Amino acid sequence: MKPRQQRMLAVGLAVIGIAIAAAFTLRAFQDNMMFFVDISDVIKGDYPKQRNFRIGGLVVDGSVERAEGSMDLRFRVTDMNCELPVSYVGVLPDLFREGQGVVAHGRLGGDGVFLADKILAKHDENYMAPEVADSLAKHVEGKTTPLREGVTGCDPQ
Amino acid sequence: MWKFFHRLASPPHFYRLAAVFAPWFALPALVLIAYGVYAGLFLAPMDYQQGDAFRIIYVHVPSAYLSIMAYMIMAISGGIGLIWRMKLAHAVAAAAAPLGAAFTFLALVTGSIWGRPMWGTWWEWGDPRLTSELILLFLYFGYMALRGAIDDTAKADKASAVLALVGVVNVVIVHYSVEWWSSLHQGQTLLKEGGPAMDPGMLYPLLAMILGFTFLFGSLLLRRVRTEVLFRERRTRWVREMILSPEGS
Repeated sequence: MKPRQQRMLAVGLAVIGIAIAAAFTLRAFQDNMMFFVDISDVIKGDYPKQRNFRIGGLVVDGSVERAEGSMDLRFRVTDMNCELPVSYVGVLPDLFREGQGVVAHGRLGGDGVFLADKILAKHDENYMAPEVADSLAKHVEGKTTPLREGVTGCDPQ
Repeated sequence: MWKFFHRLASPPHFYRLAAVFAPWFALPALVLIAYGVYAGLFLAPMDYQQGDAFRIIYVHVPSAYLSIMAYMIMAISGGIGLIWRMKLAHAVAAAAAPLGAAFTFLALVTGSIWGRPMWGTWWEWGDPRLTSELILLFLYFGYMALRGAIDDTAKADKASAVLALVGVVNVVIVHYSVEWWSSLHQGQTLLKEGGPAMDPGMLYPLLAMILGFTFLFGSLLLRRVRTEVLFRERRTRWVREMILSPEGS
Protein backbone atom coordinates (compact mmCIF):
# COMPACT_ATOMS: atom_id res chain seq x y z
CA MET A 1 0.00 0.00 0.00
CA LYS A 2 1.20 3.45 -0.84
CA PRO A 3 1.60 5.88 2.07
CA ARG A 4 -1.21 7.99 0.63
CA GLN A 5 -3.59 5.04 0.68
CA GLN A 6 -2.51 4.21 4.22
CA ARG A 7 -3.36 7.73 5.30
CA MET A 8 -6.69 7.51 3.52
CA LEU A 9 -7.48 4.27 5.36
CA ALA A 10 -6.38 5.74 8.70
CA VAL A 11 -8.57 8.83 8.28
CA GLY A 12 -11.52 6.75 7.05
CA LEU A 13 -11.30 4.23 9.90
CA ALA A 14 -10.90 7.00 12.50
CA VAL A 15 -14.01 8.81 11.27
CA ILE A 16 -16.05 5.57 11.17
CA GLY A 17 -14.80 4.61 14.64
CA ILE A 18 -15.78 7.95 16.12
CA ALA A 19 -19.18 7.77 14.44
CA ILE A 20 -19.84 4.33 15.95
CA ALA A 21 -18.67 5.45 19.39
CA ALA A 22 -20.90 8.52 19.20
CA ALA A 23 -23.87 6.43 18.05
CA PHE A 24 -23.51 4.07 21.04
CA THR A 25 -23.10 6.96 23.48
CA LEU A 26 -26.18 8.73 22.16
CA ARG A 27 -28.22 5.53 22.30
CA ALA A 28 -27.18 5.01 25.91
CA PHE A 29 -28.27 8.54 26.79
CA GLN A 30 -31.41 8.42 24.63
CA ASP A 31 -33.73 9.34 27.52
CA ASN A 32 -31.57 12.27 28.58
CA MET A 33 -31.38 13.60 25.03
CA MET A 34 -35.15 13.95 24.91
CA PHE A 35 -36.22 17.49 25.58
CA PHE A 36 -39.66 16.36 26.71
CA VAL A 37 -41.60 13.18 27.51
CA ASP A 38 -44.60 12.12 25.42
CA ILE A 39 -47.98 12.12 27.16
CA SER A 40 -48.50 8.39 26.47
CA ASP A 41 -45.24 7.66 28.27
CA VAL A 42 -46.30 9.76 31.25
CA ILE A 43 -49.64 7.90 31.48
CA LYS A 44 -47.72 4.62 31.24
CA GLY A 45 -45.57 5.76 34.17
CA ASP A 46 -42.46 5.96 31.99
CA TYR A 47 -41.05 9.30 33.20
CA PRO A 48 -38.27 10.44 35.56
CA LYS A 49 -39.77 10.23 39.07
CA GLN A 50 -36.83 11.65 41.00
CA ARG A 51 -36.69 14.99 39.24
CA ASN A 52 -38.83 17.54 37.46
CA PHE A 53 -39.26 16.90 33.76
CA ARG A 54 -40.89 18.34 30.66
CA ILE A 55 -43.95 17.13 28.83
CA GLY A 56 -44.77 18.06 25.26
CA GLY A 57 -47.88 17.87 23.12
CA LEU A 58 -50.77 19.86 21.74
CA VAL A 59 -53.13 21.97 23.85
CA VAL A 60 -56.57 20.35 23.51
CA ASP A 61 -59.08 22.69 21.84
CA GLY A 62 -61.52 24.17 24.33
CA SER A 63 -59.68 22.82 27.35
CA VAL A 64 -58.11 26.08 28.56
CA GLU A 65 -59.81 27.35 31.73
CA ARG A 66 -58.78 30.48 33.56
CA ALA A 67 -59.85 31.08 37.14
CA GLU A 68 -61.67 34.40 37.58
CA GLY A 69 -59.41 37.20 38.87
CA SER A 70 -56.21 35.16 39.14
CA MET A 71 -53.48 33.79 36.95
CA ASP A 72 -54.43 30.18 37.61
CA LEU A 73 -54.70 28.24 34.41
CA ARG A 74 -55.80 24.70 33.66
CA PHE A 75 -55.69 22.94 30.32
CA ARG A 76 -55.18 19.49 28.83
CA VAL A 77 -52.27 18.37 26.67
CA THR A 78 -52.55 15.55 24.15
CA ASP A 79 -50.24 13.55 21.92
CA MET A 80 -53.29 12.56 19.80
CA ASN A 81 -53.47 9.37 21.82
CA CYS A 82 -53.56 10.21 25.52
CA GLU A 83 -54.42 13.38 27.44
CA LEU A 84 -52.95 14.87 30.58
CA PRO A 85 -54.41 17.75 32.63
CA VAL A 86 -51.95 20.55 33.40
CA SER A 87 -52.18 23.34 35.94
CA TYR A 88 -50.04 26.47 35.79
CA VAL A 89 -49.77 29.89 37.39
CA GLY A 90 -47.94 32.60 35.50
CA VAL A 91 -47.33 34.37 32.21
CA LEU A 92 -47.77 32.55 28.90
CA PRO A 93 -45.68 32.94 25.73
CA ASP A 94 -47.25 34.62 22.67
CA LEU A 95 -47.66 31.43 20.70
CA PHE A 96 -49.58 29.58 23.44
CA ARG A 97 -52.87 28.69 21.79
CA GLU A 98 -55.43 25.92 21.79
CA GLY A 99 -54.53 23.32 19.20
CA GLN A 100 -50.87 24.41 19.23
CA GLY A 101 -47.76 22.68 20.49
CA VAL A 102 -46.67 23.30 24.06
CA VAL A 103 -43.85 22.19 26.34
CA ALA A 104 -44.42 22.29 30.10
CA HIS A 105 -41.77 21.87 32.78
CA GLY A 106 -42.79 20.66 36.23
CA ARG A 107 -43.85 17.53 38.07
CA LEU A 108 -46.76 15.12 38.18
CA GLY A 109 -48.97 15.63 41.23
CA GLY A 110 -50.53 12.74 43.15
CA ASP A 111 -53.93 13.41 41.57
CA GLY A 112 -52.57 12.89 38.07
CA VAL A 113 -52.45 16.63 37.28
CA PHE A 114 -49.15 17.94 35.90
CA LEU A 115 -48.08 20.96 37.97
CA ALA A 116 -46.16 23.17 35.56
CA ASP A 117 -43.73 25.84 36.71
CA LYS A 118 -42.77 26.89 33.19
CA ILE A 119 -44.69 26.87 29.91
CA LEU A 120 -43.00 27.14 26.52
CA ALA A 121 -44.80 27.33 23.20
CA LYS A 122 -43.56 24.99 20.52
CA HIS A 123 -43.87 26.18 16.96
CA ASP A 124 -44.32 23.70 14.13
CA GLU A 125 -42.48 23.70 10.82
CA ASN A 126 -45.34 25.20 8.79
CA TYR A 127 -45.26 28.80 7.64
CA MET A 128 -48.43 30.23 6.12
CA ALA A 129 -49.96 33.55 5.22
CA PRO A 130 -53.01 34.43 7.38
CA GLU A 131 -55.38 34.21 4.38
CA VAL A 132 -54.16 30.75 3.50
CA ALA A 133 -54.56 29.59 7.07
CA ASP A 134 -58.12 30.97 7.12
CA SER A 135 -59.13 29.18 3.94
CA LEU A 136 -57.54 25.98 5.19
CA ALA A 137 -59.49 26.27 8.42
CA LYS A 138 -62.72 26.69 6.41
CA HIS A 139 -62.11 23.46 4.54
CA VAL A 140 -61.32 21.55 7.68
CA GLU A 141 -64.39 22.86 9.52
CA GLY A 142 -67.18 20.35 9.89
CA LYS A 143 -64.82 17.41 10.03
CA THR A 144 -64.46 16.57 13.69
CA THR A 145 -60.91 15.88 14.68
CA PRO A 146 -60.10 13.79 17.73
CA LEU A 147 -58.38 16.91 19.06
CA ARG A 148 -61.67 18.82 19.14
CA GLU A 149 -63.76 16.03 20.56
CA GLY A 150 -61.40 15.03 23.31
CA VAL A 151 -59.29 11.95 22.92
CA THR A 152 -61.01 8.68 23.58
CA GLY A 153 -59.51 5.27 24.07
CA CYS A 154 -56.10 6.32 25.41
CA ASP A 155 -53.87 3.37 24.73
CA PRO A 156 -50.44 3.77 26.33
CA GLN A 157 -48.56 1.28 24.19
CA MET B 1 -8.67 16.51 -14.76
CA TRP B 2 -5.74 15.57 -12.51
CA LYS B 3 -3.63 18.22 -14.18
CA PHE B 4 -6.25 20.85 -13.34
CA PHE B 5 -6.38 19.55 -9.77
CA HIS B 6 -2.62 19.80 -9.42
CA ARG B 7 -2.46 23.27 -10.90
CA LEU B 8 -5.27 24.39 -8.59
CA ALA B 9 -3.29 23.12 -5.62
CA SER B 10 -0.32 25.30 -6.45
CA PRO B 11 -0.44 28.33 -4.12
CA PRO B 12 0.64 31.04 -6.62
CA HIS B 13 -1.85 29.75 -9.19
CA PHE B 14 -4.70 29.66 -6.68
CA TYR B 15 -3.70 33.07 -5.34
CA ARG B 16 -4.24 34.62 -8.77
CA LEU B 17 -7.33 32.54 -9.55
CA ALA B 18 -9.01 33.52 -6.27
CA ALA B 19 -8.55 37.20 -7.08
CA VAL B 20 -10.29 36.68 -10.42
CA PHE B 21 -13.20 34.70 -8.94
CA ALA B 22 -13.87 36.64 -5.72
CA PRO B 23 -15.84 39.48 -7.42
CA TRP B 24 -17.95 36.91 -9.30
CA PHE B 25 -19.08 35.65 -5.92
CA ALA B 26 -19.50 39.11 -4.39
CA LEU B 27 -21.75 40.46 -7.15
CA PRO B 28 -24.45 37.72 -7.03
CA ALA B 29 -24.26 37.89 -3.23
CA LEU B 30 -25.05 41.60 -3.31
CA VAL B 31 -27.94 41.21 -5.76
CA LEU B 32 -29.48 38.18 -4.05
CA ILE B 33 -29.20 39.58 -0.52
CA ALA B 34 -30.59 42.95 -1.63
CA TYR B 35 -33.60 41.20 -3.20
CA GLY B 36 -33.96 38.82 -0.26
CA VAL B 37 -33.92 41.58 2.35
CA TYR B 38 -36.43 43.72 0.44
CA ALA B 39 -38.77 40.87 -0.47
CA GLY B 40 -38.43 39.25 2.95
CA LEU B 41 -39.23 42.41 4.89
CA PHE B 42 -41.80 44.04 2.60
CA LEU B 43 -43.25 41.61 0.03
CA ALA B 44 -43.56 38.36 1.96
CA PRO B 45 -46.88 37.94 3.82
CA MET B 46 -46.71 37.69 7.59
CA ASP B 47 -47.07 34.33 9.24
CA TYR B 48 -50.51 33.24 10.46
CA GLN B 49 -49.15 32.38 13.91
CA GLN B 50 -46.01 34.42 14.40
CA GLY B 51 -46.97 37.64 12.65
CA ASP B 52 -43.98 39.70 11.57
CA ALA B 53 -41.61 38.05 14.04
CA PHE B 54 -41.06 35.15 11.62
CA ARG B 55 -39.03 37.46 9.33
CA ILE B 56 -35.90 36.81 11.38
CA ILE B 57 -35.87 33.50 9.47
CA TYR B 58 -34.27 35.39 6.56
CA VAL B 59 -31.08 35.75 8.58
CA HIS B 60 -31.40 32.78 10.91
CA VAL B 61 -31.79 29.96 8.39
CA PRO B 62 -29.00 31.04 5.98
CA SER B 63 -26.65 31.55 8.96
CA ALA B 64 -27.50 28.18 10.46
CA TYR B 65 -27.05 26.44 7.11
CA LEU B 66 -23.66 28.12 6.58
CA SER B 67 -22.55 27.27 10.12
CA ILE B 68 -22.77 23.63 9.04
CA MET B 69 -21.55 24.16 5.47
CA ALA B 70 -18.43 26.03 6.63
CA TYR B 71 -17.66 23.24 9.09
CA MET B 72 -17.95 20.58 6.39
CA ILE B 73 -15.63 22.60 4.11
CA MET B 74 -13.20 22.94 7.01
CA ALA B 75 -13.28 19.22 7.85
CA ILE B 76 -13.13 17.96 4.26
CA SER B 77 -10.28 20.35 3.42
CA GLY B 78 -8.50 19.15 6.57
CA GLY B 79 -9.00 15.54 5.46
CA ILE B 80 -7.69 16.28 1.94
CA GLY B 81 -4.73 18.05 3.50
CA LEU B 82 -4.00 15.04 5.69
CA ILE B 83 -4.33 12.41 2.98
CA TRP B 84 -2.82 14.20 -0.03
CA ARG B 85 -0.47 16.46 1.97
CA MET B 86 -1.91 19.42 0.11
CA LYS B 87 -0.89 22.70 1.74
CA LEU B 88 -3.57 24.69 -0.01
CA ALA B 89 -6.30 22.50 1.53
CA HIS B 90 -5.02 23.33 5.01
CA ALA B 91 -5.02 27.02 4.10
CA VAL B 92 -8.68 26.72 3.03
CA ALA B 93 -9.57 24.98 6.31
CA ALA B 94 -7.80 27.66 8.34
CA ALA B 95 -9.55 30.40 6.40
CA ALA B 96 -13.01 28.84 6.78
CA ALA B 97 -12.96 28.54 10.59
CA PRO B 98 -13.57 32.18 11.64
CA LEU B 99 -16.26 32.56 8.97
CA GLY B 100 -18.03 29.45 10.22
CA ALA B 101 -17.78 30.67 13.81
CA ALA B 102 -19.30 34.02 12.80
CA PHE B 103 -22.27 32.39 11.06
CA THR B 104 -22.78 30.00 14.00
CA PHE B 105 -22.82 32.97 16.37
CA LEU B 106 -25.32 34.75 14.14
CA ALA B 107 -27.57 31.68 14.02
CA LEU B 108 -27.49 31.34 17.82
CA VAL B 109 -28.18 35.04 18.45
CA THR B 110 -31.04 35.35 15.93
CA GLY B 111 -32.54 32.10 17.21
CA SER B 112 -32.40 33.39 20.77
CA ILE B 113 -34.00 36.72 19.85
CA TRP B 114 -36.82 34.85 18.09
CA GLY B 115 -37.18 32.31 20.89
CA ARG B 116 -37.89 34.90 23.58
CA PRO B 117 -41.27 36.08 22.21
CA MET B 118 -42.24 32.84 20.43
CA TRP B 119 -41.19 30.04 22.76
CA GLY B 120 -41.07 32.21 25.86
CA THR B 121 -37.39 31.63 26.55
CA TRP B 122 -34.04 33.01 25.39
CA TRP B 123 -32.30 29.70 25.83
CA GLU B 124 -33.16 26.19 26.97
CA TRP B 125 -30.39 23.94 28.23
CA GLY B 126 -31.17 20.37 27.39
CA ASP B 127 -32.66 21.05 24.01
CA PRO B 128 -30.67 18.92 21.55
CA ARG B 129 -30.75 21.37 18.62
CA LEU B 130 -29.77 24.41 20.69
CA THR B 131 -27.08 22.60 22.65
CA SER B 132 -25.46 20.92 19.65
CA GLU B 133 -25.32 24.24 17.77
CA LEU B 134 -23.60 25.81 20.80
CA ILE B 135 -21.12 22.90 20.82
CA LEU B 136 -20.51 23.66 17.14
CA LEU B 137 -19.50 27.21 18.10
CA PHE B 138 -17.15 25.83 20.78
CA LEU B 139 -15.66 23.42 18.21
CA TYR B 140 -14.84 26.38 15.97
CA PHE B 141 -13.28 28.20 18.94
CA GLY B 142 -11.32 25.09 19.90
CA TYR B 143 -10.14 24.66 16.32
CA MET B 144 -8.90 28.24 16.10
CA ALA B 145 -7.31 28.07 19.56
CA LEU B 146 -5.48 24.85 18.63
CA ARG B 147 -4.14 26.46 15.45
CA GLY B 148 -3.06 29.50 17.43
CA ALA B 149 -1.36 27.40 20.10
CA ILE B 150 1.01 25.55 17.73
CA ASP B 151 3.73 27.67 16.13
CA ASP B 152 4.82 25.13 13.53
CA THR B 153 2.34 25.51 10.64
CA ALA B 154 2.63 21.90 9.43
CA LYS B 155 1.97 20.53 12.94
CA ALA B 156 -0.89 22.97 13.52
CA ASP B 157 -2.43 21.88 10.19
CA LYS B 158 -2.32 18.20 11.12
CA ALA B 159 -3.60 18.56 14.68
CA SER B 160 -6.43 20.88 13.72
CA ALA B 161 -7.46 18.69 10.77
CA VAL B 162 -7.86 15.74 13.16
CA LEU B 163 -9.95 17.90 15.50
CA ALA B 164 -12.13 19.07 12.60
CA LEU B 165 -12.72 15.48 11.44
CA VAL B 166 -13.67 14.33 14.94
CA GLY B 167 -16.13 17.22 15.19
CA VAL B 168 -18.02 16.08 12.07
CA VAL B 169 -20.02 13.84 14.41
CA ASN B 170 -21.49 16.96 15.99
CA VAL B 171 -22.51 18.35 12.59
CA VAL B 172 -24.55 15.21 11.97
CA ILE B 173 -26.13 15.63 15.41
CA VAL B 174 -27.00 19.30 14.73
CA HIS B 175 -28.74 18.32 11.51
CA TYR B 176 -30.71 15.32 12.80
CA SER B 177 -31.31 16.54 16.38
CA VAL B 178 -34.87 17.59 15.59
CA GLU B 179 -35.67 14.21 14.05
CA TRP B 180 -34.00 11.82 16.47
CA TRP B 181 -35.16 13.42 19.67
CA SER B 182 -38.01 15.55 20.91
CA SER B 183 -36.93 19.16 20.74
CA LEU B 184 -38.31 22.62 21.32
CA HIS B 185 -36.95 23.59 17.91
CA GLN B 186 -39.31 22.94 15.02
CA GLY B 187 -38.51 20.28 12.45
CA GLN B 188 -37.30 20.71 8.89
CA THR B 189 -39.36 23.18 6.87
CA LEU B 190 -37.40 23.32 3.62
CA LEU B 191 -36.24 19.70 3.47
CA LYS B 192 -39.56 18.30 4.66
CA GLU B 193 -40.95 15.25 2.87
CA GLY B 194 -43.38 16.39 0.20
CA GLY B 195 -41.74 19.77 -0.35
CA PRO B 196 -41.20 22.91 1.72
CA ALA B 197 -43.98 23.65 4.21
CA MET B 198 -43.95 27.33 3.42
CA ASP B 199 -45.95 29.93 1.51
CA PRO B 200 -44.23 30.61 -1.89
CA GLY B 201 -44.23 34.34 -1.12
CA MET B 202 -42.13 33.60 1.96
CA LEU B 203 -40.10 30.83 0.36
CA TYR B 204 -38.53 32.63 -2.61
CA PRO B 205 -36.94 35.44 -0.57
CA LEU B 206 -35.62 32.78 1.81
CA LEU B 207 -34.06 30.78 -1.03
CA ALA B 208 -32.56 34.02 -2.39
CA MET B 209 -31.08 34.76 1.03
CA ILE B 210 -29.66 31.24 1.38
CA LEU B 211 -28.05 31.47 -2.06
CA GLY B 212 -26.91 35.04 -1.42
CA PHE B 213 -25.32 34.10 1.92
CA THR B 214 -23.59 31.18 0.19
CA PHE B 215 -22.08 33.48 -2.44
CA LEU B 216 -21.10 35.93 0.28
CA PHE B 217 -19.40 33.12 2.16
CA GLY B 218 -17.65 31.99 -1.04
CA SER B 219 -16.39 35.48 -1.75
CA LEU B 220 -15.17 36.02 1.81
CA LEU B 221 -13.56 32.57 1.85
CA LEU B 222 -11.63 33.24 -1.38
CA ARG B 223 -10.34 36.53 0.02
CA ARG B 224 -9.37 34.91 3.31
CA VAL B 225 -7.60 32.03 1.55
CA ARG B 226 -5.59 34.59 -0.44
CA THR B 227 -4.40 36.26 2.77
CA GLU B 228 -3.71 32.88 4.35
CA VAL B 229 -1.69 31.71 1.32
CA LEU B 230 0.28 34.94 1.21
CA PHE B 231 1.19 34.63 4.89
CA ARG B 232 2.11 30.94 4.64
CA GLU B 233 4.23 31.50 1.53
CA ARG B 234 5.82 34.71 2.83
CA ARG B 235 9.33 33.29 2.56
CA THR B 236 8.96 31.89 -0.96
CA ARG B 237 10.37 33.37 -4.11
CA TRP B 238 7.08 33.94 -5.93
CA VAL B 239 5.77 36.13 -3.13
CA ARG B 240 8.99 38.15 -3.01
CA GLU B 241 9.00 38.57 -6.77
CA MET B 242 5.36 39.56 -6.82
CA ILE B 243 5.85 42.17 -4.11
CA LEU B 244 9.00 43.57 -5.68
CA SER B 245 7.53 43.70 -9.18
CA PRO B 246 6.40 47.18 -10.25
CA GLU B 247 2.73 46.11 -10.66
CA GLY B 248 2.48 44.80 -7.10
CA SER B 249 -0.12 42.07 -6.58
